[in-house]
Amino acid sequence: MSDQTERKHTIAVLVDNEPGVLARVIGLFSGRGYNIESLTVAPVDTDDNLSRINIVTSGTPMIIEQIKAQLSRLVPVHQIKDLTVDGPSVERELALVKVKGKGEKRVESLRIADIFRAQVIDSSNDSFVFEVVGSTDKLNAFIDLMKPLGLVDVSRTGVVAIARGAKGIRSKKK
Amino acid sequence: MSTKQISGSEILLKSLVDQGVDTIFGYPGGAVLPIYDAMFQQNQIRHILVRQEAGAVHAAEGFARSTGKAGVVLVTSGPGATNAVTGLADAFMDSIPVVCLTGQVPTHLIGNDAFQEADTSGITRPCTKHNYLVKDVNDLARVVQEAFYVAQSGRPGPVVIDLPKDVLMAMSTYTTPEKKLKHRSYQPQVRGDHALIKQAVKLMASAKRPVFYCGGGVINSGPTASRRLTQLVRDTGFPITLTLMGLGAYPASDKQFLGMLGMHGTYEANLAMHGCDVMIAVGARFDDRITGKISEFAPNAKIIHIDIDPSSINKNVEVDIGIVGDCASVLGDMQKLWDATPNKPSKKSLNAWWEQIAIWQARECLRYKQEGDVIKPQYAIERLYEHTKKRKDVFITTEVGQHQMWAAQFFHFDKPNHWMTSGGLGTMGYGLPAAMGVQVAHPDALVVDIAGEASILMNIQEMSTIAQYRLPVKAFILNNEYMGMVRQWQELLHGGRYSESYMESLPDFVKLAESFGAVGLRATKADEVDDVIKEMIAIDKPVLADILVDKTENCFPMIPSGSAHNEMLLGPEDEAEKQISEEGMVLV
Repeated sequence: MSDQTERKHTIAVLVDNEPGVLARVIGLFSGRGYNIESLTVAPVDTDDNLSRINIVTSGTPMIIEQIKAQLSRLVPVHQIKDLTVDGPSVERELALVKVKGKGEKRVESLRIADIFRAQVIDSSNDSFVFEVVGSTDKLNAFIDLMKPLGLVDVSRTGVVAIARGAKGIRSKKK
Repeated sequence: MSTKQISGSEILLKSLVDQGVDTIFGYPGGAVLPIYDAMFQQNQIRHILVRQEAGAVHAAEGFARSTGKAGVVLVTSGPGATNAVTGLADAFMDSIPVVCLTGQVPTHLIGNDAFQEADTSGITRPCTKHNYLVKDVNDLARVVQEAFYVAQSGRPGPVVIDLPKDVLMAMSTYTTPEKKLKHRSYQPQVRGDHALIKQAVKLMASAKRPVFYCGGGVINSGPTASRRLTQLVRDTGFPITLTLMGLGAYPASDKQFLGMLGMHGTYEANLAMHGCDVMIAVGARFDDRITGKISEFAPNAKIIHIDIDPSSINKNVEVDIGIVGDCASVLGDMQKLWDATPNKPSKKSLNAWWEQIAIWQARECLRYKQEGDVIKPQYAIERLYEHTKKRKDVFITTEVGQHQMWAAQFFHFDKPNHWMTSGGLGTMGYGLPAAMGVQVAHPDALVVDIAGEASILMNIQEMSTIAQYRLPVKAFILNNEYMGMVRQWQELLHGGRYSESYMESLPDFVKLAESFGAVGLRATKADEVDDVIKEMIAIDKPVLADILVDKTENCFPMIPSGSAHNEMLLGPEDEAEKQISEEGMVLV
C-alpha cells in the first residue's frame, strides 16, 4: 500500500499572464477535489509576460504527484516546482492586522507587535493597523495574541515562496 | 507578407485551409453569420449542415477517429455552444482531436447578458483540453494554428475557439504561417526515458505470467503504434488484452488476443490481468471500468505503464515503471531492446501460463443460446460480423449500453481506426452522428451504427442530415424496447424494480426511416436476420434496420461494480450465488 499520510506542499507554477489562466488552475483544483490552503498570484516577468502562482495544498504523495501532473497538462503552464520536496526553500506571508482598543490593551498590542517585529502602518486614537511578515505560523500566533486585545480585521496575502540557492524556477526544464 | 486587408472570417477560413481542413460540421446562427457568408464565397471547405450541434461534434469525432485528422465544428453563440458541450466532454474523455469554433456576441456586449450570449470559455474550460477567446483580429491566425497544434499533439483533445462577431468582421492581413509551430509552453514529451525503457524490457524478460493491456492511446498515436505493438506482442509471445477504446490496435483474429477486458470483458482477459506477474500497460488509463475493485487489482503484478500523459501514470493504480512518451516511439525503442535481450522468458514458463489461459478460455464466457424464433442480440451482431468480415472498409460506431458491449464482444476488429464508440463519457446518441462523420470521410465505405432503440432516439434528427448529403449510413438497431443496461442493473442491483427503463411509445422505425427518405427494414424472427443484413448492405442508401431482439437478455460476463477481476458473473446462473455488495451499489 502506498504512503497515505497527508502532507502540506507549496507548489510554484509559472504561467502565461493571460485572462482565464487563474480560472484554469482553480477550476482544476475544485473539479478534481484537491485542497487549496493558500494561493497567491502576480505577474513576475513583464518582458516574457509571465505570472507566478504559489499554491499551498495538502495530500498524500500520490495526490501531490497527480496535482503536479495535472497542472503541467494545462497549456499556459510553463514550469512547476514543488518547493516542499525539490530542495530547501523560504516562505513568507504578509498580514495587515487591525486592532481596536484603549489604555492597557492598546499598549499591550504595541508591545507584542514589537516582539513580532510588526510595523504600525496606520494609527488612530483607538486603533492600530499592524503589518507583520513571516511564516504562516508566526502570523497565526500574532493574530491569536491580538484577539483578546481588540482584533477587528485581518487581511493576508497568502504564502509566497522561493527556492534557496542560485537556481531559478526556469533553469533546467524538468 | 501580404498587405491585403481581409475580414476576420476570411482569415479564419484561410487559416483552416492552411491547417489542411476540408470539412466542417456546423450549424449557423446570428453570431457566426459572417463566417457563413465568407464560406459561401469559397469552395475549399465543405460544410455539412447538421440538425443539432451535439450531432456536429459527434460527427467531427467520427471523422477524426476514422481519419486521424482533427475534426472541425462550427456553431453559433449561446445555445449553439451549450449544445456542443456534451460532444466536447465526450471528445475530452476519449482524447479525440476536435477544433470547435463557437460564435460569440461582439466584444463590447460580452458580460451584458446579450441575446444568445453564454460564457462559452467559462463553460467549456473543464471539458476541453484548452480554449481561446479571440478579442483581436490580429491574434486570430496565430490562435487557429495553435489550436490545431494543441488539439493534435501530446494526448489529443478538443479545443474551443470563441469568436466574437466584431472580430469576425474586423479587417486585417493574413500570411500563411510557418509549417512548424514551436509552442511557448506546451511541448509534450514524445520520446520515452531510455533508462526506464531498459528497466521495463528487463522486467518483461523475467516475466512468467505476463500480459499486455493496451488502450485507445495506441490508436491515438497512429497506425505505426498499432503495427509496432503487434510486432512486439508477437515477438514476445505474451498474451494481450485491449480496452473498449483500444479495440483494433491488435488484430482480434490473432490467437494471442484474449479479447476485451473490464466490466464486460472476457473471463480469460480479466483473470489474466488478475493473475499476471508483469503487466505492460500501453496507452491505457486504468479506468474504473477496467480495474474493478482497485485494492484487489492485479495483486501480484509488477506494472509497466506507457502513456503520453504524465497525469495518467499513478493516477488510479500505482505502477512500478512509468514511462512518459508516445506509444509508437516507446514501443519502437522497446522492440530494439527486446531484440537485443539474450535471456528471454523460457518457452516452458510461458507455456504454463498459456495452458492456464486455455483453461479459462474453455469456459467460453461469451457463450449464449440462440434457440427458437426470438433473436438474441449477440446472434444479430455475430451475423452482421459474418456478413461483413471479408470487406476491408467496414467502420462500426455504437451508441451506449448493452448493444455497445455486445458489439465490442462479438464484432472483431483487425485494424485501428475502424471502431468508434463513446468510452469515457458514455454518451447515448453518439453513434448515429459519429457514423455520419465517418461516412463523410469515407464515402464508399460500409459504415454501420450498432445502436439501441433508446440511444438512437437521442440524436435521431441527424437522419435528416444523412438524407441531405445522401450518406449511406446503416443503423443496426438492437431493439429490446428497454433501456437495456439500465434494466439489467435494475434487475441485478435494485430488486427487479424497472423504474422508468421501459420505452413506451417507440416510433415505428421502418416508417421513421421512410419519412427521412431512407430505407426501413425489420427482423422479428431469428431466421430473418441474415436476409435483413444482406439487404441492408446491398442498399446504396441510408438504412434503419430494426432488429427486434430478446427483451430481457443480459450482458455477460460482468464484473459487478465494487468487485475484483476474479469475481465475475459468467451468466444468469451466477447471479443468484454472487450477491452484489452494498458498497458496490454506490458505485456507478
